[in-house]
Amino acid sequence: MSSWPILSLVIFLPLVGAVWILAVCRDDETGANNARHAALWTSLITFVVSLALWVKFDPKNAGFQFEEHLDWVPAYGISYHLGVDGISMFFVLLSTFLTPLCVLASWTAIQKRVREYMVAFLVLETLMVGMFCALDFVVFYLFFEGVLIPMFLIIGVWGGKDRVYAAFKFFLYTLAGSVLMLLAIIAIYWQVGSTDVVEAMNFKKLSFEWQFWLWLAFFASFAVKVPMWPVHTWLPDAHVQAPTAGSVILAGVLLKMGAYGFLRFSLPIMPLASEYFAPLVFGLSCIAVVYTSLVALVQEDMKKLIAYSSVAHMGFVTIGIFVVNMQGVQGAIFQMLSHGVVSAALFLCVGVVYDRLHTREIADYGGLASTMPKYALVFMVFTMASVGLPGLSGFVGEILVLVGAFKANTWVATIAATGLILGAAYALWLYRKVVFGTITRDAVRAMPDMSMREIAVFAPLILITIWMGIYPSSFLDVMDASVGKLVADYQAALKAAKATAMLGR
Amino acid sequence: MEFLVKAIVFLPLIAALIAGFAGRAIGDRGAQWVTTLALIASAVLSWIVFFKVGFEGAGGTYRIATWIVSDTFDGAWSLRVDTLTAVMLIVVTTVSSMVHLYSIGYMAEDPSIPRFMAYLSLFTFAMLMLVTADNLVQLFFGWEGVGLASYLLIGFWYEKPSANAAAIKAFIVNRVGDFGFALGIFAVYLMTGSVQFDAIFKLAPELAKMHFTFLGAEVPALTTICLLLFVGACGKSAQLGLHTWLPDAMEGPTPVSALIHAATMVTAGVFMVARLSPLFELSPTALAVVTIVGASTAFFAATIGLTQWDIKRVVAYSTCSQLGYMFFACGVGAYSAGIFHLMTHAFFKALLFLGSGSVIHAMHHEQDMRHMGGLKNKIRQTHILMWIGTLSLAGIGIPFILGSGIGLAGFHSKDIILEAAYGAHSGVGFYAYWLGIAGAFMTAFYSCRLMFLTFYGKPHDHHHYEHAHESPAVMLIPLYVLALGAVVAGFVGYGIFVGEGWAGFWRGAIAAESTKEALHHAHEVPWLVKLLPLIAAVAGITLSWWFYVGSKSNLPKMMVNAFPPIYRLFYNKWYFDELYDFLFVRPSMWIGRQLWKKGDVGIIDGIGPNGLAAGASRMSGILSRAQSGYLYHYAFAMLIGVALLVTWYMLSRGR
Repeated sequence: MSSWPILSLVIFLPLVGAVWILAVCRDDETGANNARHAALWTSLITFVVSLALWVKFDPKNAGFQFEEHLDWVPAYGISYHLGVDGISMFFVLLSTFLTPLCVLASWTAIQKRVREYMVAFLVLETLMVGMFCALDFVVFYLFFEGVLIPMFLIIGVWGGKDRVYAAFKFFLYTLAGSVLMLLAIIAIYWQVGSTDVVEAMNFKKLSFEWQFWLWLAFFASFAVKVPMWPVHTWLPDAHVQAPTAGSVILAGVLLKMGAYGFLRFSLPIMPLASEYFAPLVFGLSCIAVVYTSLVALVQEDMKKLIAYSSVAHMGFVTIGIFVVNMQGVQGAIFQMLSHGVVSAALFLCVGVVYDRLHTREIADYGGLASTMPKYALVFMVFTMASVGLPGLSGFVGEILVLVGAFKANTWVATIAATGLILGAAYALWLYRKVVFGTITRDAVRAMPDMSMREIAVFAPLILITIWMGIYPSSFLDVMDASVGKLVADYQAALKAAKATAMLGR
Repeated sequence: MEFLVKAIVFLPLIAALIAGFAGRAIGDRGAQWVTTLALIASAVLSWIVFFKVGFEGAGGTYRIATWIVSDTFDGAWSLRVDTLTAVMLIVVTTVSSMVHLYSIGYMAEDPSIPRFMAYLSLFTFAMLMLVTADNLVQLFFGWEGVGLASYLLIGFWYEKPSANAAAIKAFIVNRVGDFGFALGIFAVYLMTGSVQFDAIFKLAPELAKMHFTFLGAEVPALTTICLLLFVGACGKSAQLGLHTWLPDAMEGPTPVSALIHAATMVTAGVFMVARLSPLFELSPTALAVVTIVGASTAFFAATIGLTQWDIKRVVAYSTCSQLGYMFFACGVGAYSAGIFHLMTHAFFKALLFLGSGSVIHAMHHEQDMRHMGGLKNKIRQTHILMWIGTLSLAGIGIPFILGSGIGLAGFHSKDIILEAAYGAHSGVGFYAYWLGIAGAFMTAFYSCRLMFLTFYGKPHDHHHYEHAHESPAVMLIPLYVLALGAVVAGFVGYGIFVGEGWAGFWRGAIAAESTKEALHHAHEVPWLVKLLPLIAAVAGITLSWWFYVGSKSNLPKMMVNAFPPIYRLFYNKWYFDELYDFLFVRPSMWIGRQLWKKGDVGIIDGIGPNGLAAGASRMSGILSRAQSGYLYHYAFAMLIGVALLVTWYMLSRGR
């Protein structure tokens, strides 16, 4: 255990920045500019501090590291318990990595209520990081639900013209799940006698019936966040209406919350139910891959197309998680990280042209390659990463998930693998319509190529996409031990249950 | 040795990066020379490695770094060099360096020269990673990497809608093949616990006895694996069913067609089957499929080649057809013959493509042969060089002297393939032999048709004809180098590839048992079997001459009028594009639209959020008339949550 409360530091640094902005920056032009700089520096420092997690992380240790444990409501076992393992550590980094890029991407695009906007992003960062570090159900629940408030505001205040409908849809979908999850958390407390996640993991005495209902309650909440088919329809609307940076965080981090929940809670605490419901997850995921890929093929709005592709890509993630073998789970986590970077970058790519032409209609563009060669290259890199080209990040996750899935069920792997074909179809179609061809409109011809600020946003994303694609071991090695333990515990739980069942007979 | 191999593979990558990112700084000239010199260096080193491996017994596997490792799934970055790789190295780097050199002249007036050179070098790097792969995952990396380069280069002139469409088609049809390839990799890993070649080969005999459940059916493991992997090979090598992208790929600049869509990338499928020959040789079913598909493609593509007017498309269908020969050579166990033809074909087909490019260059980017004619006096050198390529492709030589006869490159390699097919003495072997003979006849006919339409007769377009000019030296030198290969490669290579010296040369790089048997039988076939390919070729040439030069009446037109349905079938490429459009493209779009409008918007949203929203907004209207943001609803829900928590807290305290 580290003497420095480094996790708390990473969680609350952005909040400090937010408070500072509210306290110091005035509500005028200079104040807006100060707020931008303050938000950028706060998020950059937070990112640098969070890198210490990676540097000091012990990849051989499968358990939680950098743990912090403060009693909160001791009588009921509620404590401020934080910690990260090989599964959650990278999600903390993903959050701290994307936030400064979001601030930078909003530099000129956001002109109204800049101060509040920056505060919203910093608060969002605090809540996201807290969510991935939380090891107490109550703490987790607060962060998990809290995340939605700034997101809701970002869409509702700085969004497009149908933002209210989108925000409302977003709200309705998440509400139902949240209530059920809260009930499930209470039920776990009744059973385990504590709200501590680690204790719940080690409890191992939940009966199948309990697991069954708890699993469904958690599933209701997580499936919406992933989002899984058929509760995905909030996502395209939310993305279309959200400002660029909002889409980046939504696709980059918020979509990972549900899948992270499956990994953190469903598999370790409810292994028997996870095994029982795996076919359901496979079915929904396979439908998601094929269905949303086909829908993506016919989209006319750039953001909607990428939103639908996200659902398809997350379908791979849920498959990987529930096959529960090394390749599947490692692939799922890697796919989440990769998708976090690549889909974020794709939304930023849309943002670049949206800032210039203020339309997301695919048909309004065309021929950008001749006037915006830098943009064409950047967009190509991320299109290919999204398509799963080997050598870029997307491939690693996809191939590992499919290898894992093939072991478990050849049908699942085969149906999911059709996503390789369909994914190429819609992604290349989008690229062709936007970047290739001849320019027919003067407004498009007048669009300038990427500015230095925009290049500064994309450069780190490109580097990490290539790094993840060429040397994924930097990431896979770190998660190896924790995933190994997760899989081993899961198999052991199934074995024990089987043995008990045999005895009972 | 290790350093040599690394230099061969990474020089093109470095050159691509320099040309791509520093293109503006070093200028067009700089980009051209950086990439071309890197490739020439790479080619020289490849020949050194080839001699060291082929004749001095060097070689080995050099691990560079880990790549994707998860538990026992270990795809490493490594370079494997054995005879098969060494042959591919010289083919790839030699043709590539010549194409680089040629491009300096051919693309001289293009506005994006550095981009073009960078793509070419990037392609070469990916191809070299493919042929040096030591495991299936790296093979897949190279496989998709060349696919990317192919996509970028087909769509190089991105303002042309037809080029964009062709680029996407190439990528997606290849993805269909890769879908099979990927499933094959998964099946291999599932059954053997490894993706590394040597480990898999070691387990091949056991694999042949195993079964596993695939899509609900109990299937033999090895055959299934081979067939799945072969789907990938069919995609990349444009075999029947997955061939539709190759003719369209001719939208790319001609040097690209020569390098990628004739000499190297499209042969990756053949390379894969040869590389995995220790697996394929144990599955007679898979081999029979390979033979039938290869032979059918050899015949089918040739029929289309008879009727096309675009000079490049004729050569493209010829490529498709020749790849079929290589496949059925592998299918009857004569892997070394397949690779032999791969090598000779690389020379004469690259020559034909670059020669066509020279014609197109002379004609100011006219590709329709109906507008050509009479060019032999205008571009004499191209004319002669093209004849060398054509006769090599047709397989012209003098049989029975000096043991194996003496002739142009294609003569030696095509004949040994047909002899091996006959020598297999199996149903599929005879099928391949007879379709191969028919294919040889048609090949000779259409490639001479190309020559006669282009270079003979009267010029059909006087404006173009008057302005036609011979290509510059930088374009002609590569033609001479390739022509040298197209003349001597067969005669020189025969002994070591498929003759007496094959065992010492290949040293286990390909499945030894079946190669030995296939070659043995091939050399034993009756003399008429050996002579028939040549007779077919000569007949084809003669008939072609009669049709397009000798006869006074318009024979081609009479043929068309005599058999209209057959002509239409051939001319319209057996309607594959129309069929696929009808079966896959349109339905996908239609289903997508239905799922979106009816599924998402209609059903899911209708029942879910919109239905609820309608109810909820009525509710909220009742609860508060006041204007409220939806945030309050959320805060309200949070409040309920907190209230529940507090209630529970109180209750449990009271307990």
